[in-house]
Amino acid sequence: MLKIQNLHVSIEDNEILKGLDLEVKPGEVHAIMGPNGSGKSTLAQVLAGRDEYEVTEGSIDFQGEDLLEMDPEIRACEGIFLAFQYPVEIPGVSNTYFLKAALNAVRKHRGENELDAVDFLRLVRERMKMVEMDETLLNRPVNEGFSGGEKKRNEIFHMSVLEPKLAVLDETDSGLDIDALRIVANGVNSLRAEDRGFLVITHYQRLLDYIVPDFVHVLVDGRIVRSGGKELAHELEDKGYGWLEAELASEATSAAPVGA
Amino acid sequence: MPSTATETIEQLASREYQAGFETLVEQDTLPPGLDEDVVRAISAKKNEPEWMLEWRLAAFRHWQTLTEPTWAKVEYEPIDYQAISYYAAPKKKGDGPKSLDEVDPEILRTYEKLGIPLHEQKMLAGVAVDAVFDSVSVATTFQSKLAEAGVIFCPFSEAVQKHPELVKKYLGSVVPPKDNFFAALNSAVFSDGSFVYIPKGVRCPMELSTYFRINAKNTGQFERTLIVAEEGSHVSYLEGCTAPMRDENQLHAAVVELVAAEDATIKYSTVQNWYPGDPETGKGGIYNFVTKRGLCAGDRSKISWTQVETGSAITWKYPSVILRGNDTIGEFYSVAVTNGRQQADTGTKMIHVGNNTKSTIISKGISAGRGQNTYRGQVEMLKGAHNARNYSQCDSMLIGEDCGAHTFPYIDVQNPSAQMEHEASTSKIGEDQIFYCNSRGLDEETAVSLIVNGFCKEVFRELPMEFAVEAQKLLEVSLEGSVG
Repeated sequence: MLKIQNLHVSIEDNEILKGLDLEVKPGEVHAIMGPNGSGKSTLAQVLAGRDEYEVTEGSIDFQGEDLLEMDPEIRACEGIFLAFQYPVEIPGVSNTYFLKAALNAVRKHRGENELDAVDFLRLVRERMKMVEMDETLLNRPVNEGFSGGEKKRNEIFHMSVLEPKLAVLDETDSGLDIDALRIVANGVNSLRAEDRGFLVITHYQRLLDYIVPDFVHVLVDGRIVRSGGKELAHELEDKGYGWLEAELASEATSAAPVGA
Repeated sequence: MPSTATETIEQLASREYQAGFETLVEQDTLPPGLDEDVVRAISAKKNEPEWMLEWRLAAFRHWQTLTEPTWAKVEYEPIDYQAISYYAAPKKKGDGPKSLDEVDPEILRTYEKLGIPLHEQKMLAGVAVDAVFDSVSVATTFQSKLAEAGVIFCPFSEAVQKHPELVKKYLGSVVPPKDNFFAALNSAVFSDGSFVYIPKGVRCPMELSTYFRINAKNTGQFERTLIVAEEGSHVSYLEGCTAPMRDENQLHAAVVELVAAEDATIKYSTVQNWYPGDPETGKGGIYNFVTKRGLCAGDRSKISWTQVETGSAITWKYPSVILRGNDTIGEFYSVAVTNGRQQADTGTKMIHVGNNTKSTIISKGISAGRGQNTYRGQVEMLKGAHNARNYSQCDSMLIGEDCGAHTFPYIDVQNPSAQMEHEASTSKIGEDQIFYCNSRGLDEETAVSLIVNGFCKEVFRELPMEFAVEAQKLLEVSLEGSVG
């Protein structure tokens, strides 16, 4: 469903992604790990369509269409969901109102009827249980005054209502205590489905104990330098990113340099 | 490549000011210029009694001794008060319209174009409208139904004729003719406006509304509104304003006075959409220099101002409340938008005189384009005001890089039992917020309107239902093209 080829991305003339390749098929959960500054969040933002990032080379195909040609809201309507690392506050706009507007925008795009208030609330109540979210958060302004854990849970809640085809979780585990981590992971696991892909971006292996990935990729300096199964995450946890960087350096000296 | 929020909104910027058309009607206009003869001529046109003329002349003589105030944070070329015409009226048959049938059909069409149909059957249910076209009131609807309840709602000039005792008693009692430069000018040359009287114990059966339209060229509009709510009565009043697009600046210097007796409540809402001038060059637009003040005269009375100010080239306006009675309440809820080259210096004054008086100020300033938005507020708690309380909240939102927001709160407390709270914030509508909305499937336009409406929510919920929807729409139109 998602095929990224030779993706190069710059921000203010500073190249962050330097030829990234990745393929996600329906039903798969891919984890992207990597040290700080390796380009993990950039990848998430580019997938969602943030316009500060300039794609200089490469392509992203999403369900047979050129994702890079789509405006961010169209991507969302087509089924891409980004769970933000730092969810944004929108004062004065209730979480329910916001989510209803979002869901109906998505449904309209898909040619489905807009949900009325009654059906919407029924759906929302059901999904709230999934992320063990307090109902009072529904009527509070979007993310305003939410604790760090509540914000992350709210992202997963939005995801559960919008039912995306590809969910991108950008460091959803950062700032979560162990209980909140478990709740968020349970929410994600209950949304795993045959026709839904996940891209889980994380700095730590910890989250992957709860959301067990099918594939793990290590991103270093804008490129995926190693891919493997879930055991790769454990290896990284044991040896640290330094180990991989050192190994890569020795590979680079022994092998012929790849063209720039 | 996907377009940015900026680009999309810029495309919408080309939409024009929608109320900017001119109506061609035959005008009865005084030549530009201002002296005692002009004041006499206006008074004569209105067939006013001698006391009214004397009142005007006293105000005019005082005005001549005053200089225009310059303390507001607004910039404009000096106004030539001799280049303005102080009276313009659509020519009428005989003594003026007795019913809607006698109103020039062109004027009725103007109001219909603006979405204010005056024919009663088409009206919003439960809203009585007085329409002021340039200097005169052209139609007041639902008068008979209101009369049944004992409510007087009529053009000011009619009140002078029919209810001179009430006008004499209350005119200038809250905003004296000598109050300030613009109030003095208004007192000398005001031509019409609305008069409302709610008798003791009456709850006004419908919303009252006045619609102001400046049409004629080179004309100032100087209306006067006076609302008197007797003991235990209740009234909700709304005013709306538009003007044609013109290259010249036009002056609007109104005075509004409210008097609330014991246990009375007056709710006064304004949706102001005067022509703001050309967004690029700043040419034209209305100078909105208005004095609005309410007096909570009796114990437990309440006056609430709600304003949504989206138009005018320059706004200079401070709806205030004098809390004279004990246990009285004053409220000010404001949304002021400046886009293009608009400048607004607006806020309120709350003067606590009585015991246990309470005031609330919620001000939301939105600056976009090259707009400059200033909140100026004064809270005064006099020596004798025991247990007075004030809560003020002033929030500013900036859209884009070239606009400005300024806050000047003045506080003067002379009684140690007073309690004051003041909160202020400035935020920027960010690409972050817009992108967050986008990422959930909402387009830029929806995102901006959602964010701004969220910001203004506390004020919008104070507006009467029908108008809250109007205000939201107006805000969307005013802010189109604002990012960038």
